[in-house]
Amino acid sequence: MQMPQPDAGILERKARIVARLATAVSGGEVIHAPEETRAYECDALTAYKCPPMAVVLPSTTEEVSAVLAICHEEGVPVVPRGAGTSLAGGALPTADCVILGTARMNAVLETDYANRFIRVQSGRTNLSVTGAVEEEGFFYAPDPSSQLACAIAGNVAMNSGGAHCLKYGVTTNNLLGVTMVLMDGTVVEIGGAHLDAPGLDLLGVICGSEGQLGVVTEATLRILHKPEGARPVLIGYDSNEVAGACVSDIIRAGVLPVAIEFMDRPCIRACEAFAKAGYPDCEALLIVEVEGSEAEIQHQLDLIGEIARRHDPVELREAKDADEARRIWLGRKSAFGAMGQINDYMCLDGTIPVSSLPMVLRRIGELSGEYGLDVANVFHAGDGNMHPLILFDANKPGDLEKCEELGAEILKLCVEAGGCLTGEHGVGVEKRDLMGVQYAPEDLEAQMAVKDVFDPKWLLNPAKVFPLTVSQPRRAAA
Amino acid sequence: MTPKTEAELSEAIAAAQGPLAIRGGGTRAFAQAEGETLSTAGLAGITLHEPGALTLVAAAGTPLADIEAALEAEGQRLAFEPPDLRGLLGREGVSTIGGVVAANASGPRRIQAGACRDFLLGVRFVDGSGTIVKNGGRVMKNVTGYDLVKLMAGSHGTLGVLSEVSLKVLPKPEATAVLLIEGLGDDQAVAAMSAALGSPYDVTGAAHTQKGVDGAPVTMIRVEGFTPSVAYRAQALKEKLARFGDIAIEDDPEKTAAGWAWVRDVSQHVGQPGDVWRISVKPSDGPEVARRLPGAEVLYDWGGGLLWARVPEGSDVRGLLGDLPGHATRVRGGDAGIATFHPEPAPVAALSQGLRARFDPRGILNPGIMG
Ligand SMILES: Cc1cc2nc3c(=O)[nH]c(=O)nc-3n(C[C@H](O)[C@H](O)[C@H](O)COP(=O)(O)OP(=O)(O)OC[C@H]3O[C@@H](n4cnc5c(N)ncnc54)[C@H](O)[C@@H]3O)c2cc1C
Repeated sequence: MQMPQPDAGILERKARIVARLATAVSGGEVIHAPEETRAYECDALTAYKCPPMAVVLPSTTEEVSAVLAICHEEGVPVVPRGAGTSLAGGALPTADCVILGTARMNAVLETDYANRFIRVQSGRTNLSVTGAVEEEGFFYAPDPSSQLACAIAGNVAMNSGGAHCLKYGVTTNNLLGVTMVLMDGTVVEIGGAHLDAPGLDLLGVICGSEGQLGVVTEATLRILHKPEGARPVLIGYDSNEVAGACVSDIIRAGVLPVAIEFMDRPCIRACEAFAKAGYPDCEALLIVEVEGSEAEIQHQLDLIGEIARRHDPVELREAKDADEARRIWLGRKSAFGAMGQINDYMCLDGTIPVSSLPMVLRRIGELSGEYGLDVANVFHAGDGNMHPLILFDANKPGDLEKCEELGAEILKLCVEAGGCLTGEHGVGVEKRDLMGVQYAPEDLEAQMAVKDVFDPKWLLNPAKVFPLTVSQPRRAAA
Repeated sequence: MTPKTEAELSEAIAAAQGPLAIRGGGTRAFAQAEGETLSTAGLAGITLHEPGALTLVAAAGTPLADIEAALEAEGQRLAFEPPDLRGLLGREGVSTIGGVVAANASGPRRIQAGACRDFLLGVRFVDGSGTIVKNGGRVMKNVTGYDLVKLMAGSHGTLGVLSEVSLKVLPKPEATAVLLIEGLGDDQAVAAMSAALGSPYDVTGAAHTQKGVDGAPVTMIRVEGFTPSVAYRAQALKEKLARFGDIAIEDDPEKTAAGWAWVRDVSQHVGQPGDVWRISVKPSDGPEVARRLPGAEVLYDWGGGLLWARVPEGSDVRGLLGDLPGHATRVRGGDAGIATFHPEPAPVAALSQGLRARFDPRGILNPGIMG
């Protein structure tokens, strides 16, 4: 993976740029000493690191606007940063960039239960949005596994999903409006507490634009009342094909579970060893969760049980109470931690049509053999969002490169199967150079045309999403 | 012009010498552009329907009715409930799926399930230079690159002409029940709908008319799902909303379907004189909107946040609404001096215009209809 050469002209002007930025934020603090900028050298894709030239942490939309206006005048690239949990390297700096962090912007600005929305500053963490409304029985639905740490800013930029998005949708389906600052400092309000403004759906294209169109400073989010209860059932099969067929039958039957999670044998074993959740040792494990009142839950679990039994499961275990429910989820929720204990791993995020699940899993198995690297699969089966975890040893020379090659092969496979490179983690730098697998040059041109309009000088997070060779003329012209 | 393939569509646009009026079925455009008619009717047919994956892909000119029939055969449906505005707008014609998407046409279930744009998984379109572009795909979760899919939904043909759309579909529920409350004033009705929508009972429709079929105000709250669940939630809501008055529960499938089709298609204003405006505000502002419109008769959907207001001809609805945050679109009638679409604030309008200029540099696709 390559990043553009830092601009020597910018680095020469560092002192002046830092001094100007200090005038833009209250308290005048600009982080620029090398020992301090290192804290911002990477996000959760730790394979790539580069400390930025400087970091600013504004507190308000006005301060963000002032910071951006200065960077615009100075021609300095800006990388917006929320909590730095991106798995795609979306917040990876370049040596000549300013990191604009939202860490100080975490206020709740308005809660409105009658109209079912909350307006927050974008640096607020995902989980603390729910925290702000749960006393009234409400919650914010998108729930990435990183929800304790990740910020709404990053969620909006990545259009993040979560375990419950089968029923509630991903960020874009729960985002009503944003306040955003364009690279030249212009503040725009898009959407709001009302639904579906006529006019072009700018909100739709801003969500998921990976910090390349503007810096989101505030967000209006839809909140929902919590369901009365929820309970999972655990279903084990001796074949991935059969588990896949079971998922498809559940969906067709009109049951809309909040989550259908799928784990394959390598993943089940690792989770079991780590969390002692009582999982059976089988080929494929499904966790299906449904919501509602006690009677509604039971009715749905009965239907699911009936469908599951038709496929002859090796295990069918309904959670009878909260404790059993917790135990069923325990293994799944610790999957990444469990993998991290035994190995270094790379987490992929391709999506496939649910119908091609068995074929894709079989091919991944074959590829894993060819490359000599183990792959464990854990994913959101209801919507086809795979998370193959490739296990490797970072200390072994060449292993990371081999792992990246295998990762690219698996993602190409997802695209061939009718799917896509990334279902929720975003392109960042990680999948940037694979964009040509999914999109023709004209398709990428159309996407870059959007950036041309929002950020004509290509200063916002410029080295992400589009292969560098493809974006080169635009970045050079700026 | 009626191209038969995407390639022909591309050639037709590339070769166009002047403005083009893009037409699906001509059933739901609020404004008609001047120019040579370019019809998508020749691009028809469902290319993929995978019921087990909840996905359907179809050419943009496919009649909506064909899609609904194919889904019906598998016990599925378009959950965003696209309205049929032919009656309201006095149009004839065959509504196409491309037209539904280009208008982001979404009915009462928008409040719970989402809008058309939320169910749109992928698009293929031809931009104003004749270039064929694809974005998104046919999978439920996709964050690969920018979401031009959403940008195309509701773009009314001004960024490109859709050639193919891919949609998420959902199973039809087993049962429906509707709570009916008669005689509520607007404020009370919106309060009742807010209480229902803020409950754990998964309400899929909340509408109020000032003038129901028999002339009295009626508030309607819908739940859908498995039969025992629907019965349970309808009863729970009835108890929760008891303070608003007597509540009847209707669960006859034909009657509930007809009632919501009446809301969805704005039947209340069909054949009635005057202009019709579609106003989107936060629900608690709905009644204030109605108060500011003299002589208006209002149908509220989306829990009070969507108002279909029938007003005396030539009313300057936007002027009357003043500083209330939201949007007003004129869907029928009116004075040429009043724009159809709500004008955007200057910096937002600059972005929209910039996008149009990039996707349609010659300004030939439905010019002027969105501003
Ligand atoms: C253990 C773990 C589990 C995870 N689980 C999930 C999961 O289940 N589902 C999921 O979808 N993701 C998951 N992620 C990925 C990650 O948490 C999400 O992508 C998250 O939304 C990133 O948020 P952040 O605040 O950390 O953003 P950052 O990492 O700081 O930034 C992410 C991107 O957003 C941009 N950005 C940041 N702030 C702004 C702003 N104010 N305006 C515009 N752009 C901005 C950045 O430039 C960057 O491109 C997981 C990550 C980890 C480490």
